[in-house]
Amino acid sequence: MAKEPVHPGALKLRSATLQAIRAFFLSRDFIEVETPVRIPAPALESFIDAEPSGDWYLRTSPELHMKRLLVAGMPRIFQMGPCFRQGERGAFHCPEFTMLEWYRTEADYEAILADTEALIREVTRSVLGTSVIRFDDREIDVDLPWERIPVAEAFRQHAGWDPLEEFDGDRFDLDLVNKVEPALPRDRGVVLIDYPAEVAALARRSPADPRVAERWELYLGGIELANAFSELTDAVEQRRRFEECATERAAAGREVYPLDRPFLAALEKGLPPSGGIALGVDRLVMLLASVPALRNVIPFADEM
Amino acid sequence: MFSASDLRKGLKIEIDGHPYVITEYTFTKPGKGQSIYTCRIKSMINGLTQIKQYRSNDKIDKPQLQEKQLTYSYEDAGMYVFMDENYEQISLDADTIGDAKFFLKEDIEVDVLFHNGKAIGIELPIFVERVITATEPGARGNTATNVLKPATVEGGYEVQVPIFVNEGDMIKIDTRTGEYAERVR
Repeated sequence: MAKEPVHPGALKLRSATLQAIRAFFLSRDFIEVETPVRIPAPALESFIDAEPSGDWYLRTSPELHMKRLLVAGMPRIFQMGPCFRQGERGAFHCPEFTMLEWYRTEADYEAILADTEALIREVTRSVLGTSVIRFDDREIDVDLPWERIPVAEAFRQHAGWDPLEEFDGDRFDLDLVNKVEPALPRDRGVVLIDYPAEVAALARRSPADPRVAERWELYLGGIELANAFSELTDAVEQRRRFEECATERAAAGREVYPLDRPFLAALEKGLPPSGGIALGVDRLVMLLASVPALRNVIPFADEM
Repeated sequence: MFSASDLRKGLKIEIDGHPYVITEYTFTKPGKGQSIYTCRIKSMINGLTQIKQYRSNDKIDKPQLQEKQLTYSYEDAGMYVFMDENYEQISLDADTIGDAKFFLKEDIEVDVLFHNGKAIGIELPIFVERVITATEPGARGNTATNVLKPATVEGGYEVQVPIFVNEGDMIKIDTRTGEYAERVR
C-alpha cells in the first residue's frame, strides 16, 4: 500500500497526457463527446461485471452509446471518462478508472491500429520529450516498428495449441496470462491480432476466416493497454451474441443485464462499417510515469 | 464456500480437506477474459507453500477452524496435556506442538488451533521468561550485546545469550524466532 495517496509529480504528468491525447484527436477532426455514465443496460460481456447504481448501473464502457452516435451521423468521435468494473482490483486494475475510446466510420481495425501507433508516439514524445518509456526493468521505444503477432501463432508457439482449431475458454485465459503474455517482446509495441471469434462479443468476423474476429490488443512493455475491433454492425448477429452472453452469465450465477434495445435498434437502422477502440488511460500514464502500479497515478485509488 | 472474489492475503481456505493460508495474492484479468487470482498458499499443517490459480467462477472451500485458549499442564510419554476452561484434558502429540515444546511450562496459556475438531497447531505468547540454569561465567563489566555465548534454560532449551548474562538470571525469549530477547533480572 502506498502510504501517501497522492503523487503530485505523477499527477502533473497525467494532466500533460490528457492534454496531449485531446490535442491529437482534435488535430485530426475528431469530436469529443460525453455519453451517460449511469445507464440501464451495460453491454453484456461474459466476464465484465457492472457496479449497480440504484436500479441502474455505472457504465463499464461507453461503447454502445458511442456507436449510436456513429449511427446518428458523427463519423469521428472520441471520449475520455470514468468507467466502473466491479471486483477488479490489482496492480493494473482499479474498480473506477479512466477509459479513452474512439470510433470512426468507414474504417476497420487496421485504420484504428494506424491511429493508435500515431497516438502513442505523439503522446509519448509530447509528455516525455523522447520515444523511450522506462517501465520497471524495461525500455520501450515506441518508435520501433510495432510487432504484429496473430493470436493463433502466439498460442502455437508459447502454449503449444491452436485456439482456432478447438477453442477452450478456460485454458485460453490461463495460457494467455501464464504463457503468452510473459513471452511477448517488451522493447516495443506488440499487437496480438485476430482473436478466436468466441472471445470477441462485439467484433466483426473476418471475411477471410470466420473462426477469427477482427480484434487486436496492444501491449506496451508487456502491459495490456488497448483493445480494438472492426465493429460488428449486424443487428441480428449482435442480438444473438448478447443472448448467448446472457445465458452464459446466468449459468455462471452472474447478474444478467437487460438487452440494450435502443442500441440494437440503432444497428438495425444501419451502422456503417466502423472501427473502434478502448484504451486504459491510467495504464498509459503509469507507463509514462515509470511507476509500478495504477494507485500511483490514480489519486485516492485505495479508497475507491 | 468462498467465491474467487473473496480471495485476499491472509484468507484461510481449504483444498482437498487440507487447510491453507494465502500468503501472497495477485489479481490479473486479460482483456475481455476471466479474472485470474494467483495465490501463494501455505499449509497450516506442515508449512509447505505452493502456487494456486483460481478463475472468476471458481468456488473455494472454507476450512472449519476453531481457536481455543488452553492451559498447559504436563508432558507424559511424548504427549502434551492441556486443560480447557472446564478442566477437561486435551492431549496433543509432539508433531502438533513442534518447536513450541521448548517453551511450554506449567500453567502457561496458549492458543490452540483446531481444524475439523483436530488440533493442528499452537500459538504461544510472543515472549516467555526463563531462568538460565547453565552458562559460562561472563566477563564482569562486559555489557556488549553483540558477543554471544551458549546458555541452557530451565526445561533444557539452549539459546545464545550476551556475555553479561549469568546463571540464575531470568531472560525473555522470543517464541517466534526462538532467540534471546532481553534480560529481565
